[in-house]
Amino acid sequence: MLQRLMTNYHETAAVILFCIGFSTMMLHKNLIKKIIGMDIMDTAVYLLLAAQGYIQGRTAPIVVDGVQSVEAYINPIPAGLVLTGIVVSVSVSALMLALAVRLYYRYHTLNLDEIIALAGKEEV
Amino acid sequence: MKRERPDVLIRLREELRAFLGGEQDALEERMTEGQVRPAAREAAAPDIEYRLMMENEALEAKRIAARLHEHNRREVSRAGRIVYCALCVMVCLMMITLLLYTMANLPAFGSADHPINNEVSARYIEKGLQETGAVNIVTGMILDYRAFDTLGESSVLFTAAMVVMLLLRMDADSQAYSPLARYVRRSQHADTFYEPHQDMIMQKTAKVLVPIVLLLGIYVVLNGHLSPGGGFSGGAIMGAALMIYVTAYGFDSIRRFFTYKTYQRIVLVALLTYAFSKCYSFYTGANGIHSVIPLGTPGAILSSGLILVLNICVGFIVTCTMYAFYAVFRKGEL
Amino acid sequence: MAFVQNFPFFCILLTLICAVVTSVLKGAAARRMTLFVILAVTVMTACVMGYTLATGESYVYLMGHFPAPWGNEIRAGVLETVTMLLFCFVMLFSFVGGLSRSVREIESSKYNIYCILVDLTLLSLLALVYTNDLFTAYVFIEINTIAAAGLVMIRQNGASLVAGVRYLIMNLLGSSLFLIGIVLLYTVTGHLLMANLQESVAALAATGQYRVPLVVTVALMSVGLAMKSALFPFDKWLPGAYSNSTPTGSAVLSSLVSKGYIFLLVKVYVRVIGFDVIVSLGICDVLFVCGAVGMVMGSLSAMRAKTTRMMVAYSSVAQIGYIFMAIGMGTEAGLVCALWHMLAHAATKSMLFIATSTLDEASGGTHLRRDLRGGFYRCPLPALAFTLGAVNLVGVPLCSVFITKVMMAEAAIGVGGRHMIVALVVLAISTVLNASYFLGTAVQLFIPQRGEQAAGTRFGSLTAISLIGFIALNLLLGLAPGGILAALTSGLAQFA
Repeated sequence: MLQRLMTNYHETAAVILFCIGFSTMMLHKNLIKKIIGMDIMDTAVYLLLAAQGYIQGRTAPIVVDGVQSVEAYINPIPAGLVLTGIVVSVSVSALMLALAVRLYYRYHTLNLDEIIALAGKEEV
Repeated sequence: MKRERPDVLIRLREELRAFLGGEQDALEERMTEGQVRPAAREAAAPDIEYRLMMENEALEAKRIAARLHEHNRREVSRAGRIVYCALCVMVCLMMITLLLYTMANLPAFGSADHPINNEVSARYIEKGLQETGAVNIVTGMILDYRAFDTLGESSVLFTAAMVVMLLLRMDADSQAYSPLARYVRRSQHADTFYEPHQDMIMQKTAKVLVPIVLLLGIYVVLNGHLSPGGGFSGGAIMGAALMIYVTAYGFDSIRRFFTYKTYQRIVLVALLTYAFSKCYSFYTGANGIHSVIPLGTPGAILSSGLILVLNICVGFIVTCTMYAFYAVFRKGEL
Repeated sequence: MAFVQNFPFFCILLTLICAVVTSVLKGAAARRMTLFVILAVTVMTACVMGYTLATGESYVYLMGHFPAPWGNEIRAGVLETVTMLLFCFVMLFSFVGGLSRSVREIESSKYNIYCILVDLTLLSLLALVYTNDLFTAYVFIEINTIAAAGLVMIRQNGASLVAGVRYLIMNLLGSSLFLIGIVLLYTVTGHLLMANLQESVAALAATGQYRVPLVVTVALMSVGLAMKSALFPFDKWLPGAYSNSTPTGSAVLSSLVSKGYIFLLVKVYVRVIGFDVIVSLGICDVLFVCGAVGMVMGSLSAMRAKTTRMMVAYSSVAQIGYIFMAIGMGTEAGLVCALWHMLAHAATKSMLFIATSTLDEASGGTHLRRDLRGGFYRCPLPALAFTLGAVNLVGVPLCSVFITKVMMAEAAIGVGGRHMIVALVVLAISTVLNASYFLGTAVQLFIPQRGEQAAGTRFGSLTAISLIGFIALNLLLGLAPGGILAALTSGLAQFA
């Protein structure tokens, strides 16, 4: 298993990154750190996806000198999917950060537990 | 117990006031030292004063709230927190083991006989140039073969922009926002509180930099079908140019040509063009009607049919959205 | 190709275009535009449903010039169109019913954003229901999540912002897991379109190659979508999110947004992985257990709720439990039952939310027992709607949920063994619990309040129209289920 993990080292790195992101998101109380964790998680997934398309010894899928054989280029599909994914993750982080700003204006803290407690008090 | 708490709070408040008062002087000194024009400094002075006041109040409220909160749940939450953390770590460890085991069972990295190298990618590579007219196969794929995904992706950006506007764009007179937020929105200089404004070095650099960055962005957008790049990357670059401009010259300058209305209109036109051109190609595609749009000579700027148009539309959308994000985060208004 | 076959695609593009145009409109114009979109989509979906029912088969619609493994596609069949038509009706009634409240509760300069969000929710639902491509599904899941988050936070007060944070964190985690699932599946098969995926997965399952990634994929996708549709262990975000929005927002969130994910889950199970493979992997049992626990826990939380809206929101957890338990049976009958309950719950829960908000407004408070008392004498129509919804969810004969319960019991007996015993016991417990809190609340409505004249409080005629529509929809589902059930069964058969 270790041998195969070394071969698939991109995937291994992606898994480790994903778990770093996940634990950052779950363990930190600070909203900004949670958002950073979420971004790391997304990035890890894109690394995993991008790594699938690579083929040893081939170049980026942009036609050069009219060469159009499959042997010349890497797989273009993962690259395209990652492009789409990145835009989604940009949108999501912008949204989360906007929410953090709004909550900070209101409660003057970024600690999610405190925010929840303060909002609960407000209701009563 | 009950008699103690107010005392503690009053003392805390006094300490804070003394502490912040000292800081206020130092900050103000630093701010005014960096000023070039005395007129600008005078214009900014009341703003800064008010902003400082607001920040002091905010800080105070925050400390008090935090302290109260700490007081309330110091004993209660410790055990729950430990259980929660332990649970999270366990889930994380389980996940890492499971996923690593999965990754070990995936096809080998970089091998040519990976399952994803099938007839799908083969057609994209071998016939992509003839069928889409794009030299950049990835662009051809996302804007022609799988255009519906990309339309969805632009809609995601639009949706997110709308929700961000909902959260951050504010009426300076509405009571729904905190005084601090409203103040930042209304006053001229409060948003550049921690930065020098009308800074000479910044303005001269921006004067050189902004045209170059804009030009680079336009180049990347227009060559999206020929080289790495496209609407999203080019749009992000152009958005950066607008951000540099506004940082150097302030919101008053940029509002001469870019307001919320401009943003709305550009995004409206670009997204509608995008949607209608996709409408055309989906409709003709599904109904087996031959599309009349010429693909042009591969490699020329004016080639690859609708892809160039789509790239330009996406470029506009992304430029405006990126700048709008920056502006509403900073000031609550474009 | 018949012209009618273009309609799903027209619906998607029309909603998108109108959402974009709404961004420059104001107040009343934005409202009219959204109403127009929902009506147009309803009419077009009805036409497509007629077409698919008449031909009795599904068709694939190319999104572009390139056929199956290369381009994007959408697919419309009986199941998709029937589901979508009901979603459209629920959307229409919810939007109309909450109109006057939404005008008051939302900042006027942002009213058009609210309309855009409703539009985009409809767009993403359309795409999720019709899509035939897994990655497209992911992109539209994100639109759905973001638009729904906007609806959660639309009132912009502290509680709704906090609910928005919790909603977003859970849901984005869910989307991430779903995306990893897609990536793994793509890695081992090399396809993204559902038809091709199904072939490849069947081949892989037959040879036993890549078994580990396949199992993990299914697990990740199930967990991701379960998180997003608030299955039991992941339901903490739900009550806050549902109870802090406007009435329309609550109705749409509870009855449509979560159902879109469930429909997608069924689609993934039946069309992508193949239901036999799912059953053999043992994922079903996990869903079965989670669903069963959710049914009981959701009801227990609902009994402790302090406000009516909270109670209705918590009962969603129990109802989602029903759906997942039915899927977890692992049989065809169970799936039909799950789909039926998805529709029944969508129609009932949105009616309950609209009725509750009208009742709360009439009494001026939100407290569960105190403020509901005598509600019937203040405003009879919402009280009747609430009672119908409550009776419906308890599962009295001649109601849609009663049919679910009968079907579920039949499915459980068909499975036999431990599943049967657990399912029957949980069904019985859940019915008793539901009855205890829903009927208890409904009875309060008819107790006259002393010292107060029983003057009818006025509420908008639009609300009345929407409530009448909801009542008709629910009665139709309860009294004449035959046609819809037959359509669901035949649609499911075309699905695979």
